[in-house]
Amino acid sequence: MTATAAARPSAAAAHLRIEAVVKRFAPDAAAAVDGVSLDIAPGEFFALLGPSGCGKTTLLRLLAGFETPDEGRILIAGADMAGVPPYRRPVNMMFQSYALFPHLTVAQNVGFGLKQDRLPKREREARVAAMLDLVKLGRLAQRKPHQLSGGERQRVALARALAQEPKLVLLDEPLAALDRKLREETRFELVRIQHRVGITFLMVTHDQEEAMSMASRIAVMSQGRIVQLGTPQEIYETPANRFVADFIGGVNLLEGRVLRAHDGLIEIDSAEAGAILVVEHPVLAAGSTVAIAVRPEKIVFAPPAAAANRLEARVRGLAYRGEASTYEVELASGKLLRVTQVNAVRQAPAYAAGDSISLGFAPGAAVVLAP
Amino acid sequence: MSAAMRRRAVLALPYAWLTLFFLVPFMIVLKISLAESVIGIPPYTALLATDGWQLHVSGESYRRLASDDLYALAYLNAIKFAGVSTVFCLLLGYPLAYGIVRAPRRWRSLLLLLVILPFWTSFLIRVYAWIGLLSGNGVINNTLLALGLVHQPLTLLNNAFAIYVGIVYSYLPFMVLPLYAQLEKLDPALLEAAADLGCRPWRAFCRVTLPLSLPGIAAGALLVFIPAVGEFVIPDLLGGPNTLMIGKVLWDEFFANHDWPMAASVAVAMLAVLILPMGFIRRLLQGETA
Repeated sequence: MTATAAARPSAAAAHLRIEAVVKRFAPDAAAAVDGVSLDIAPGEFFALLGPSGCGKTTLLRLLAGFETPDEGRILIAGADMAGVPPYRRPVNMMFQSYALFPHLTVAQNVGFGLKQDRLPKREREARVAAMLDLVKLGRLAQRKPHQLSGGERQRVALARALAQEPKLVLLDEPLAALDRKLREETRFELVRIQHRVGITFLMVTHDQEEAMSMASRIAVMSQGRIVQLGTPQEIYETPANRFVADFIGGVNLLEGRVLRAHDGLIEIDSAEAGAILVVEHPVLAAGSTVAIAVRPEKIVFAPPAAAANRLEARVRGLAYRGEASTYEVELASGKLLRVTQVNAVRQAPAYAAGDSISLGFAPGAAVVLAP
Repeated sequence: MSAAMRRRAVLALPYAWLTLFFLVPFMIVLKISLAESVIGIPPYTALLATDGWQLHVSGESYRRLASDDLYALAYLNAIKFAGVSTVFCLLLGYPLAYGIVRAPRRWRSLLLLLVILPFWTSFLIRVYAWIGLLSGNGVINNTLLALGLVHQPLTLLNNAFAIYVGIVYSYLPFMVLPLYAQLEKLDPALLEAAADLGCRPWRAFCRVTLPLSLPGIAAGALLVFIPAVGEFVIPDLLGGPNTLMIGKVLWDEFFANHDWPMAASVAVAMLAVLILPMGFIRRLLQGETA
């Protein structure tokens, strides 16, 4: 499920521009954020995706104003945020721990910022009620946070972040504290709410499935830099390098040497595969060493005898997951591959460990990675 | 023994100990307070006369307690001294506890140690030391005279000021420690959330930090106020002979007048006076967490 393209921008949504931002926590330390530039359109649902320690949370804190960049600029709706303290930024954050005020009720939590803005009581109450309605929590308005379940707290945090009608909402791992089933339901819910309010959402997550299913665009971060920027599909189907290919979903890497290129295809002599592989790709100099990436679900069992990229293998193990099964297979060279087969019929043929099989993939199914 | 019984025993034993050694002496004091003063050993009449098991209850000491303004004044004075001192302990102790919580982690235990360092010296000696600091030719006056800031020594000792200094100094750690424990639990993300929602630091303090530290304030205030009300050493040593505080009155009744029933009734009444603010603060806290 790929989420919708950019939502309709509303008056409240703002353009966010990050220009070559650098942040170091100690003068001699490696930069936590190392020259990041980004343009995020009004009303977009954007995800910063990366492993822990990649700098994505630091970048979020720079946007909220909790940290100050050492270099570069942050512009929200055209306004430079340099020297603007958190309490004056048109940005609200949904904290990973939710950071709900334990001494206040749900309604008081949601209305906290509105009270600070000195909104008249009646208007404030109306807005709080509308926000609680949006997240379907109206009946819990008078509860204290400790009386709520994890999922309810998460929605209070969201309502509180939306109540002041910020130009930009920052979500720090918004679903990380929920259990799996609730997490999947909440994905749709968050996208639906973002659509309705039309505010720009910037989400930080380490979960690639979460990023792909919710965001319209994703920036993959590693070691303080953005290593790839694109739609979920672009990032999954054409990963820019090994890091992205490996971090986003499962992947099989096969190395080899380019023999020749013709008609938009290249032929690769791969010792690992034990065959000549044919992959769709523009011209590449013969003799160069390359790696190709093939996603586990793009490998098929028992391809036609004449098909390209037909390999012989032996099944080593199998993980049955219900909707699909993942096989671990071993090529003659000893190279292990992962193959995912969708269990489209109830009694799908299952291979057992030790079975000999042939497998293959289409020339268009593989991607040549930059070295 | 089952686990539930063991759990109950863990609670029951210390409470039995406390009950025994609080209630038994208190009952003795209560008994004495209902007797009459006589010259002899012991210096009070027996509650149960040996002849014919007759109860000899006397309300004489309580009648004097109620009729003589001196006692009421001494109670009010003690509450005033203890109350004002508690407020000053809070005003000094809160920033101190907050500062320690915000200090770099490696400094915190050292800073806390410094707060309780005075306990390593006897309480009495520390109060005596204040005489040396505050007296007419004490350290403070000599310094001020030497600097030419004053031309004759200030009266710093044997007055209310000295009592306040003594109580605030002696009881400050009892305010700081519960406040520290409370503030240390505060999630820094809550203050970031407040800032994110538009609060300047001072507003964030008023709307988040302060309400969440109320239990620590209450605990600290009780730990300072209750012993300060009955304080005897500080008013006696620093306050001079004219100080009217209930702890000192009690001491005088007991040791100067040898009127044990009177001293006992003063003690019983003090307990009643102290239970009131405790109940009030408990109410306040329950309202807060409900």
